[in-house]
Amino acid sequence: MSPSAATPAHHTLSVLVENKAGVLTRIAGLFARRGFNIYSLAVAPTDDERFSRITIVVDVESKPLEQITKQLFKLINVVKINELDPDESVERELVLCSVRAGAGGTRGQVIELVQVFEGKIVDVGPDQLTVMMAGTPAKVDDFEELMRPYGIIELQRTGRVALPKLERQAPRLRSVSGKVG
Amino acid sequence: MKLTGAQALIKSLEMEGVEVMFGLPGGAILPVYDPIIDSTIRHILVRHEQGAGHMAEGYAHVTGRPGVAIVTSGPAATNIVTPLCDAYMDSIPLVVITGQVPSAAIGSDAFQECDTTGITMSVTKHNWLVMDAQDIPRIVREAFHIATTGRPGPVLIDVPKDVSMQMMDWYWPNSVDLPGYKPTTVGHPRMIKEAARFISESRRPVIYAGGGILKARAAEALRTLAEMTGIPVVTTLMARGAFPDRHELCLGMPGMHGNYTAVTAMQKSDLLIALGSRFDDRVTGKVPSFAPEAKIIHVDIDPAELGKVRRPDVPIVGDCRQVIQELVKAIEAMGGADSQPDRTEWMAQLRQWQKEFPLHYEQSFDEGGALKPQYVIEQLRDATPDDCIVVSGVGQHQMWTSQHWKFDYPYTWVNSGGLGTMGFAVPAAIGAKAGMPDRMVWAVDGDGCFQMTAQELVTAAAERIPVKIAILNNAYLGMVRQWQEMFYEERYSEVYLSPDLPDYVKWAEAMGCVGLRVERPEEVLPAIEKANSIDDRPVVIDFRTDSSEKVYPMVAAGHSNDDIIVDPAHGEGGR
Ligand SMILES: Cc1ncc(C[n+]2csc(CCOP(=O)(O)OP(=O)(O)O)c2C)c(N)n1
Ligand SMILES: [Mg+2]
Repeated sequence: MSPSAATPAHHTLSVLVENKAGVLTRIAGLFARRGFNIYSLAVAPTDDERFSRITIVVDVESKPLEQITKQLFKLINVVKINELDPDESVERELVLCSVRAGAGGTRGQVIELVQVFEGKIVDVGPDQLTVMMAGTPAKVDDFEELMRPYGIIELQRTGRVALPKLERQAPRLRSVSGKVG
Repeated sequence: MKLTGAQALIKSLEMEGVEVMFGLPGGAILPVYDPIIDSTIRHILVRHEQGAGHMAEGYAHVTGRPGVAIVTSGPAATNIVTPLCDAYMDSIPLVVITGQVPSAAIGSDAFQECDTTGITMSVTKHNWLVMDAQDIPRIVREAFHIATTGRPGPVLIDVPKDVSMQMMDWYWPNSVDLPGYKPTTVGHPRMIKEAARFISESRRPVIYAGGGILKARAAEALRTLAEMTGIPVVTTLMARGAFPDRHELCLGMPGMHGNYTAVTAMQKSDLLIALGSRFDDRVTGKVPSFAPEAKIIHVDIDPAELGKVRRPDVPIVGDCRQVIQELVKAIEAMGGADSQPDRTEWMAQLRQWQKEFPLHYEQSFDEGGALKPQYVIEQLRDATPDDCIVVSGVGQHQMWTSQHWKFDYPYTWVNSGGLGTMGFAVPAAIGAKAGMPDRMVWAVDGDGCFQMTAQELVTAAAERIPVKIAILNNAYLGMVRQWQEMFYEERYSEVYLSPDLPDYVKWAEAMGCVGLRVERPEEVLPAIEKANSIDDRPVVIDFRTDSSEKVYPMVAAGHSNDDIIVDPAHGEGGR
């Protein structure tokens, strides 16, 4: 199994926070002092400049998810928390990877794989390629595994971002607890 | 109206109704100290910033209003971290204001710079670094709102020196806008009905009352509930006084040093009604064997407390007073007292335990008989008014005081429960007296604790705050000595303090207090009466008590509450 694969012990929380100085420190500090483990974390502003959205993948083997969300919610700057069920949300992650691919050697194979995964070559060196690929976290795992035999020089994943699937019949977004709205 | 940031800060505190604040000035907070001269707010100049924080806590404990402390940057800010953590653990509303180096110097390791908001993030409910003087009224308003609502707690406002000096246009916001802060106060009606049903089906119920009762000012409501249902009540260390000790339904304190009946009643109960209590490890002992047959109703304003330690059968998020009042209505609707099952067997069992395992000590009046700390506490209890405020430090003396005092009124007991902060008593007593000047305030302190913050008696003498301190001087860090005696084969490592170094009487006198010394049981009452008659300065009594006395009952750390050890001198030892 890939070391980075999100196991069933992982849950994705989408946390809407006020865009205030130190919010990320508050969240990271809370996880540290309460003994919760962050598996991945992605932060970016939302379309409303007052708020940012933090997508946190948490390891719930350390503590039950309920304690994590309740403690998070006590932070004054946390406005809303949604737990995103993988079956009911769209999750994506992006990876950049510099891999050995000499012109006379494996370069062709690497390029082929990148194409299969609908990735892109973003930089080219004499013996290396830097490639980019985005997809579901599982697909990114697969891609990483397939790149490994060629010799990964450096690799950086973004951590996942996620949104609930669009509503068709029943609402799919489970609001863990909502202070607004 | 144009004001400096400093003027706006002090005016904002006045707008919040602050009457007194505790602090000590320095470089970064200098601009804020200037308008204090013209303010209606009384400033009490402490001798150490930790004292300011604990005074603010003592004030908040007894008045229910937020305590305010104001200190400078760097070392002063770090000095107040202990009281912040203490207040955070015990849910005490505090507003602490710290000076900070000028904003342009932040991050440069400037003189007396420290990352105050970073350091205090985990021990405050929220904190702010003010970057624009125009924000000051809004932030002060938010700070008081957050400190005093929901689960109360400490907050901190860090104000850079240039921001204090910056000009701003005065305003006073008439509301707060905090999209991420909306505490739930009203309990869920269905859950309340469910709780009423559980209660009406329980044969062996116990009300497990915690500090949340006092925070919610729910003592009256609790009494109504207990009397209507006839359910006995235990009051945790943080809730002593929330239900009268002299009430026939009161079982007293549970926990590690709780009395046998309170501990065992919880163990054997079939329903624990936890009201503003948090299943602290000092109460539960070993969690898997805590109250194994009990169903749990858990009421707390902090949702994170529900299920944190023990999964409740009926979780209710809400303000204790509101929920208890609704619960009383729900039970009334079911028939009130008549809806309750016959519990004579349970009550008889409790009475039996009370008779069999009372708190126990023996004071000898023979020549050479050592003075027992419990005797001192009982004499003090009986020689002071019922509404006397009692403050304690942390250690054996704290447990004996909680056990042997009779708390019949709420807000008469002030102590450091969650953090267990030695040195709490003297400054907290001063803060309590500042908040309730017409009430008698006694601190029962340990000799070890006293030495940590005694210098605040200089503050008390200078400010004419006549607190009274009873030092139970057993010449040891007694609580630690007790553990070494019981669990480390009497190998006493670094716990001896000496009975007469320092000379507490001389020290008291040097600080502008009256100092008295008591060595014999006959001298106890006259000394207390003398102290009670002095009202123009603080009094310190050095009670030379028995070093070997231990606190019983005891549940050893990590053990099951079933393994409660009662005083071996009483009965056959063990249970
Ligand atoms: C600041 C701090 N340091 C250490 C401790 C650990 N501790 C708990 S009780 C105690 C002994 C207290 O001694 P004393 O004040 O003489 O009280 P006694 O137990 O003798 O009544 C100590 C050292 C503590 N609670 N707080
Ligand atoms: Mg001692």
